[in-house]
Amino acid sequence: MTLTKVKMPYLLLLPGFLFLFTFFILPIVNLAQTSTQTPIAGGDTGQYEQSLRFANYLNAFTENKEQFARSFIFALCATVLALAIAYPLAYAIAFKAGRLKNFLLVLVVAPFFVSFLLRTVAWKQILGEEGFVVPGLRTLGIISQSTTLTSTSFAVVMGMTYNFLPFMTLPLYASLERIDPRTMEASGDLYANGLTTFRKVTLPLSMPGVVAGTLLTFIPAAGDYVNAAILGSPNTKMIGNVIESRYFKIVDYPTAAALSFTLMAAILILVTLYIRKAGTEELV
Amino acid sequence: MADVSSATRGDLRLTRITKTYGDFTAVNDLSLTIPEGSFFALLGPSGCGKTTTLRMIAGLEEPTVGSIHLGATDITTKRPYQRPINTVFQNYALFPHLTIFENIAFGLRRRGIKDVDADVNKVLELVELPHLAQRKPTQLSGGQQQRIALARAIVNRPALLLLDEPLGALDLKLRRQMQIELKWIQREVGLTFVHVTHDQEEAMTMADTIAVMNEGEIEQMGSPADLYDNPETAFVANFLGQSNLIKGRIEGSDGDNLVVDLFGQKIAMPKKRSHAVDNSIYAGIRPEKFRISLVGTPTRGNILTGGRIEDVSYIGVSTQYQVLMPWGQELMVFEQNDDGVAPFDKGDEVVISWEPNFTFALRGDEDAEAGTEVIPEDLDEE
Repeated sequence: MTLTKVKMPYLLLLPGFLFLFTFFILPIVNLAQTSTQTPIAGGDTGQYEQSLRFANYLNAFTENKEQFARSFIFALCATVLALAIAYPLAYAIAFKAGRLKNFLLVLVVAPFFVSFLLRTVAWKQILGEEGFVVPGLRTLGIISQSTTLTSTSFAVVMGMTYNFLPFMTLPLYASLERIDPRTMEASGDLYANGLTTFRKVTLPLSMPGVVAGTLLTFIPAAGDYVNAAILGSPNTKMIGNVIESRYFKIVDYPTAAALSFTLMAAILILVTLYIRKAGTEELV
Repeated sequence: MADVSSATRGDLRLTRITKTYGDFTAVNDLSLTIPEGSFFALLGPSGCGKTTTLRMIAGLEEPTVGSIHLGATDITTKRPYQRPINTVFQNYALFPHLTIFENIAFGLRRRGIKDVDADVNKVLELVELPHLAQRKPTQLSGGQQQRIALARAIVNRPALLLLDEPLGALDLKLRRQMQIELKWIQREVGLTFVHVTHDQEEAMTMADTIAVMNEGEIEQMGSPADLYDNPETAFVANFLGQSNLIKGRIEGSDGDNLVVDLFGQKIAMPKKRSHAVDNSIYAGIRPEKFRISLVGTPTRGNILTGGRIEDVSYIGVSTQYQVLMPWGQELMVFEQNDDGVAPFDKGDEVVISWEPNFTFALRGDEDAEAGTEVIPEDLDEE
């Protein structure tokens, strides 16, 4: 093997490594440093010095327990809802769509052609007093005449579900599409009815897609602040909103950094437990 | 769930089955009885409707018209899981997320059988792979997967076992070995096997009865020897082995024989092997039934003179000759290399002779090329 051949993989890795080093590793180190700083005595707003004050973490967490809990509950609701909507959708596209398959896939991705912010603002109108949803639900008697939907937890979860739906649908579709339909026929041939075939064959074989889709939805949803900012109220603040206001409005960098790290750690722990539980080693 | 596998037994009867997809007729007015306990082959080129027929028996497709009975039970509209029928799929379709043991136990468990160990182990012994029980399908070779697919089906002791090109993905040597094994297993377990294949040799090796299918219809049905020695159509004559089909006219009869004129030369053939409707026929003779001799040497039986050897291919057990006849047709002749006589040479003037009994006659208005142009390798087309 020539020297170039040995070096080749490293050369190919270099651009990615440099990029990640500059824009991921360095900022994260910087963030870690910031998280233990304290205000300079007598300094201006936003001036901090390193004093390794780990109590920042405890303070940040205890002051924002509610928002942390809300973030994870909202993210969980959105993930479950998105899974419930995306699984039948992905299943239909993978197995029942025939010639419409590619067209339907384009439709799944189509929302990306419009800005994330615009789409979220649109939900404000959909759920608003002038939209068709609220009057419709009122007429049907599902909600009372005085109930509104904007600025509620419901609106935030709906917005997140909608915004992350493609991230759930695409991995699900990819793993369902890979299933040999003959394994499902074989299951029917071996005395399993439709429901049993789904439980024993289709669902287990699509687990890689379920795991990927739920992670791609849950992780960004837990850290999201746009949906809560646009569709929610001060009572539906998520941890992302707290970090945003600490950083940009109050200029309390150490607390914002400590919150970010706490969020990151919490997500990592949850995801690790989840992957253990979902048992990816069982999968092909 | 009720124990579907022992509920119904008996012959399988397809009655006037038609299956259409839009304008395309895959199976056309097909009637067929498969006796209980037999090894039955559906043989034909891709697109002939054999796989569609199999899928209708399995319940994976529903006939457009017609009915399917198993014994006295009408199973036409029963779902696959309600039929005492199991299938060995073309690419095995083993469950990749389950162990070999669980793959085989799948059907038993679905029928509510709790203690599956004895049955699964027994069938693993039968296919000689008990040591692979805890592996996953992807860790097995093609031949091993094939046996597991078979084990997964027969462990249920179905009234009917369907095999969809089960050996198609194996290499030639393994395929020969599996053919013999399948035949042995069928006798051992005593189940009815319905085997779909495009490989005429495979069908002839294994099946008691073969139905040759072409364009959605059964061309001819019978034992392998019947079909080979006494084909009724040009398609069967050409699809099962090779045939020389020579245009001719029936001139008269002589006892049990017909007298046939082939381009001015008279031959005899048995009346019972004629499937002609009028005097115009194709006389058919299998290439290995011909004998070649040099002009002037004694010959017996039917004789055609004026041949010249155009091509010689030595292939070990036999030598294949192309003999050009005076009317411009090249006849194929296979001679066994068992007499120590040196092969004939290109350009030799020869006489062709054969036993009159080996002659069959087809209708003169048939397409003599039917069944020769099929590409049997095309497995996935249907």
